[in-house]
Amino acid sequence: MKFILNFWRKLTAPSKAAVGTVLAMGFLGGIIFWGAFNMGMEATNTEEFCSACHAPIVKELKETIHYSNRSGVRAICSDCHVPHNWTDKIVRKVQASNEIVAFLMGKISTQEKFEARRKHLAVREWQRMKENDSQECRNCHNFEYMDFSEQGPRSRKQHSTALASGEKTCVDCHKGIAHQLPDMSDVPGW
Amino acid sequence: MRKLLAVLLTAGTLFSVSAQSNETAVIENVNNGGVASLRGITELDITRKADELKRVIKDRSPIDRDYVYQPPLIPHQTRHYEVSLNANKCLSCHSWKYAGEMGATKISVTHYQSREGEVLSDVSPRRYFCLQCHVTQADASPLIDNDFKRVDSLR
Ligand code: HEC
Ligand code: HEC
Ligand code: HEC
Ligand code: HEC
Repeated sequence: MKFILNFWRKLTAPSKAAVGTVLAMGFLGGIIFWGAFNMGMEATNTEEFCSACHAPIVKELKETIHYSNRSGVRAICSDCHVPHNWTDKIVRKVQASNEIVAFLMGKISTQEKFEARRKHLAVREWQRMKENDSQECRNCHNFEYMDFSEQGPRSRKQHSTALASGEKTCVDCHKGIAHQLPDMSDVPGW
Repeated sequence: MRKLLAVLLTAGTLFSVSAQSNETAVIENVNNGGVASLRGITELDITRKADELKRVIKDRSPIDRDYVYQPPLIPHQTRHYEVSLNANKCLSCHSWKYAGEMGATKISVTHYQSREGEVLSDVSPRRYFCLQCHVTQADASPLIDNDFKRVDSLR
């Protein structure tokens, strides 16, 4: 008690030390808060976290090139679904709070419910990626560094035309790259 | 003591004799009689080492057909191309609607016909699962040497 009082007095006393201490404490507190905040952001970016609610999807991903390939480099859920850019990331995380509500309401709690809602979710995801020009894909696949001579003729034909001109973006052509698809009967291009 | 040993010994010999006769029976069952099949001349109870997987080439010109009505081979990779109730990735390039735009080969008109030859408005269900007839091409030597020749018109 006495220690705290003393400490308080020191802080309130107009001395050089007080300013220094306050600044130092503010600084430290800031770091701790920032650290905890970012740790939260990191923890919610792991695959274990997502798989708690999206188990069927994790299973599907394992068969695709973004999970296993010759070079051993892989993409995890957050690489494709959580923006890197800080403000967009916060926005997405706040939106994700809605997912928790949807989760509590059991909107995708069974395989059947998920299948029924899948189209809706996929369309939303395509829309989001179209709006940001597939930014998440581009974080790893940079168009600038694509060597067309190393790509197959089919890839080259599409990438050097519709992609290069900006007429289309990655998800316009690469749907279902990491997951099984919902009913595609009325989706353009299918 | 001696008696016990004698009993043990006879029991031992008897056991090994019966085991041996079992073995000969097993050998007769799995003996391939020296006949080579597609699995080679391995005995039936031995799992032969699997052949190496053929490497599918990413993209290249199609290998010519060997007989009339042969389903053409697929000249590119098809890894993770979904063909299911929900989606058919092949048709997103090869259907009549998209073939021109994508520069892909159009599926033949037979794919729009029912079993009775009636022309349908969309791909016939019996032709929907492309990979039942078409496979990706790879450099593979014939499993059995043979003297098959193409008909004149394809030579
Ligand atoms: C608390 C459970 C829960 C966790 C954890 C969770 N999600 Fe979800 N997620 C849901 C639910 C429920 C929905 C469906 C929302 C709806 O029906 O509107 C959903 C929908 C989605 C969608 C569809 C897009 C959209 O706009 O709705 C994506 C993409 C997604 N989640 C990705 C992720 C990723 C990536 C992670 C890990 C970083 C994750 N989720 C973690 C419950 C969760
Ligand atoms: C390579 C990028 C990529 C990775 C990695 C990835 N996704 Fe997706 N995800 C997509 C795309 C693109 C869509 C839009 C639908 C589609 O094209 O399949 C999508 C759609 C979804 C949806 C909406 C429902 C649906 O099936 O369409 C959910 C939920 C989802 N992803 C969760 C996850 C989870 C959980 C993981 C990690 C196990 C993950 N994703 C990993 C790219 C990815
Ligand atoms: C975390 C980095 C990362 C992200 C994010 C990512 N990819 Fe990939 N992608 C890879 C890697 C690594 C490979 C495999 C390279 C190899 O062949 O070994 C790959 C391969 C591919 C392939 C080649 C498939 C094949 O069969 O050859 C396509 C197409 C592709 N990605 C599209 C996308 C799209 C579309 C997105 C956005 C939805 C995306 N990627 C997001 C890292 C990523
Ligand atoms: C206009 C359609 C179109 C757009 C837009 C497009 N792609 Fe592709 N891409 C294709 C086609 C077609 C192929 C070859 C067939 C396949 O692999 O499915 C391909 C192949 C690829 C491959 C494999 C290349 C190879 O030959 O080894 C990668 C990686 C890839 N795309 C990434 C991307 C990324 C990243 C973007 C966005 C920056 C993108 N693509 C945009 C149509 C497109």
